[in-house]
Amino acid sequence: MAFNIYDFSNLTHTIHVGLQESFSPFMATTLEWVIVGTAYLLFVALFGLLLVYAERKVCAAFQQRLGPMRVGYWGLLQTIADFIKLLMKELIMPRKADRFLYNLAPFIVIIASFLAIAVIPFAPGLQSLDFDIGIFYLTAVSSVGVIGILLAGWSSNNKYSLIGAMRSGAQILSYELSVSLSLLTMIVFAGSMQFSTIVEQQRGAWFIFSGHVPAIIAFIVFLIAGTAETNRGPFDLAEAESELTAGFHTEYSGIKFAFFFLAEYINLFIISAVATTVFLGGWMPLHFGNLESFNHAMDFIPPIVWFFMKVWVVIFIIMWFKWTFPRLRVDQILTLEWKYLLPINLVNILLMALVVLTKFHF
Amino acid sequence: MKSFIEYIGSIFKGIWTLLIGMKVTGKYFFTPWKNVTQQYPENRDQLVMFERFRGEVIMTHNENNEHLCTGCGICEINCPNGSIEIISKSILTPDGKKKRIIDQHIYHLGMCTFCNLCVKACPTGAIVMGQKFEHAVWDRSLLTKVLNQPGSKIEEGVKE
Amino acid sequence: MSEIREIILNSDRLATDEYLVNMGPQHPSTHGVLRMLVRLEGEKVLNIEPHIGYIHSGIEKMCEAISYPQIIHLTDRMDYLSAHMNNEAVALCVEKALQVEVPDRVNYIRTIMDELSRLASHQLWWCVMGMDLGALTTFFYGLRDREKILDIFEETCGARLTVNYNLPGGVMFDIHPNFQKRVKDFVKYFRTKLPEYDQLLSGNVIFRERTSGIGYLSPADAIEYGVTGPSGRASGFSCDLRKHQPYSAYPLVKFNEILDHRCDTLARYEVRIKEMYESLSIIDQLIDNIPEGEYAVKMKGVIKLPEGEFFQRVETARGEFGVFVISDGKKNPYRVKFRSPGFSNLFALNKMAKGHKIADLVAIMSTLDLVIPDIDR
Repeated sequence: MAFNIYDFSNLTHTIHVGLQESFSPFMATTLEWVIVGTAYLLFVALFGLLLVYAERKVCAAFQQRLGPMRVGYWGLLQTIADFIKLLMKELIMPRKADRFLYNLAPFIVIIASFLAIAVIPFAPGLQSLDFDIGIFYLTAVSSVGVIGILLAGWSSNNKYSLIGAMRSGAQILSYELSVSLSLLTMIVFAGSMQFSTIVEQQRGAWFIFSGHVPAIIAFIVFLIAGTAETNRGPFDLAEAESELTAGFHTEYSGIKFAFFFLAEYINLFIISAVATTVFLGGWMPLHFGNLESFNHAMDFIPPIVWFFMKVWVVIFIIMWFKWTFPRLRVDQILTLEWKYLLPINLVNILLMALVVLTKFHF
Repeated sequence: MKSFIEYIGSIFKGIWTLLIGMKVTGKYFFTPWKNVTQQYPENRDQLVMFERFRGEVIMTHNENNEHLCTGCGICEINCPNGSIEIISKSILTPDGKKKRIIDQHIYHLGMCTFCNLCVKACPTGAIVMGQKFEHAVWDRSLLTKVLNQPGSKIEEGVKE
Repeated sequence: MSEIREIILNSDRLATDEYLVNMGPQHPSTHGVLRMLVRLEGEKVLNIEPHIGYIHSGIEKMCEAISYPQIIHLTDRMDYLSAHMNNEAVALCVEKALQVEVPDRVNYIRTIMDELSRLASHQLWWCVMGMDLGALTTFFYGLRDREKILDIFEETCGARLTVNYNLPGGVMFDIHPNFQKRVKDFVKYFRTKLPEYDQLLSGNVIFRERTSGIGYLSPADAIEYGVTGPSGRASGFSCDLRKHQPYSAYPLVKFNEILDHRCDTLARYEVRIKEMYESLSIIDQLIDNIPEGEYAVKMKGVIKLPEGEFFQRVETARGEFGVFVISDGKKNPYRVKFRSPGFSNLFALNKMAKGHKIADLVAIMSTLDLVIPDIDR
């Protein structure tokens, strides 16, 4: 086994070749699917739990509290205990709910998140799907989740759920536009939709530095629109606790509720990972032009550590938003999108095109 | 054109106010040693209540198991919701007179609103407010207490 | 099915059904057991019907069976956030009936306590307002500062919320030796924290967009519905009893009555924020000048009011609180009526929130600063 923390392609290649040699091609492919699927499941479950713990600790720190402290050292096992509790809870369904859709909704939401996570490059060689329309695929599948939310709201036979779902529908459909347009700005700059190519192009300097003004604007717009797409505060209208009790998942309990909960956090991870990959250089270390010794020192940190460091920074910023700002109203959220973000984005694409044409970048 | 400048201005102004808000929360995030919450059951030993804190009604007893209560019943009258019941009995004093003294000073903690009126009204200062604040019990009947200790008697020289 | 299609085809706009939503009695934003029957069209609020009585405790009836000091302790439980002002109203009413002059020291202590309660109440209102609008962090900052006032209460009065500090003819205890130092420390501390409130919420562009121009209550309506307190003053209705019918030590202090003529949610918010500054300045003026003297007038063991009708009103954190006592000369009153500010304020809600969104209804409700036991009594 050629294990190398700086490059995983040898490892994955060895596994691939080994499987091909010992099994029939069909079996080998199936086994690879199973291995990759299990790896993603494990990653999502563990990272989801970690994110929930981090959110609780971060929000506690913003609010001058300590956060969970009882289960495990500094409450480290708290989310696991919560998860066990959710597993053991009774699944309650409203009597007049639409049985089929009600049970289907959580799966749609979580499957959409799983689909999106597949294209994210964690480290060199650690990416399960790398094809030439990566970003296009990502924007497409990440909006499938809204169907699940709409179904959940409709089938629960609860007015609060319905209002929440409708808000969520309007919101995600609008903000999808901004996410795509800000990514499009970067595609114009990169000249490719393939994630591995985009990361490779940032070897010299991250896009947010080399693309300067338009890239920074695109990054800010992406952060705002991304926060809105994950239904997080200040855009958490779909669940708006003080107005709609719990919004679209009011009637869900136990593991079905956990699915919605987990999906929200995976979406948070996806948005941060995409922001990292497209704007902050993915797993590329921080390099400054010709500071040789500094660049070498940065190279010493493994790419996967770089990737997760950047992801955590973006996640922290998004959490900072949530724990500072009041919630927007449903008409304001659409005003923000259609009167502010969209025009800015369109102008920004033009600006980026000019930058690329005049080669005024680093 | 003017409205366009206003539009751009409003964007920057809006972002600026948001950043100010983030500065406030960020300041507290990066100074975690200023946290204000405490971990309650762990810090039980350090918790000291203020001396006037009204936790429960208690009757003070001295070392000879004597209290100051004459059983006059003023606290019972002053209690707004009947948390105090005085049960008295008559005894014969050594010089042959009949005298009513306290048998049981019953205090229903579950009904008490800690208004301090009984303590304020007590002519002899027999009852005071205690500092205990952890009153949770497994059975409601445990909330009914007899304040005078068994076998206790009234201190010498307390005026009726 | 075909009927619905017919309705849709025949109407000149898309037919939507109005529907009823029960907000409460268990709902995060009603802060208690208030139930509102809200008629909605999509997100738009068409009509609000408040249904009260879920926490009715019959305090007025109970008062007929108990003595006057005991009535004071019951008023703690009505508007628990301005417990001290409620206590004071009854105490003042009894003193008025008996024509008792309380010492200056009592007046000073009562006024300082009043303003501390007002601050504590406004702090809680501020943090809940932020929470209702979705900014959860404000809740903890508000409670953090309120805790300091509650500590002052606990040290001097012996309780944190239901203080029961007033008695007819004075206060229950003299102030604690630490009282003045603690209050001064608090005022100094809170002056540094109040600007933070502004930075976090008042200045925030999202907050201003959410509140300005929402929930208009015209001055005429405010007077008609009897909306008093900060909510009334934000509609330009000059109703501060501390100015118009000064009691205790209020005639001795200089302060401004905060008025706002914008009549919207933002105005109600800003009036309260400015009132906090005024309260701080009132405390500043009084805390160093507490005169020496008795902390209570010696009253009879059993207080009996002369026959007749007596009325006293005070300004609580929510508005005008009135006590009306009919006495037949016994030790307990014949009838007691409380005029609670929350009750009148609540019923202006329909006027304000009609035509706005659900989210605005929540914002308007939190600027009215409702305390449900105050409404139900």
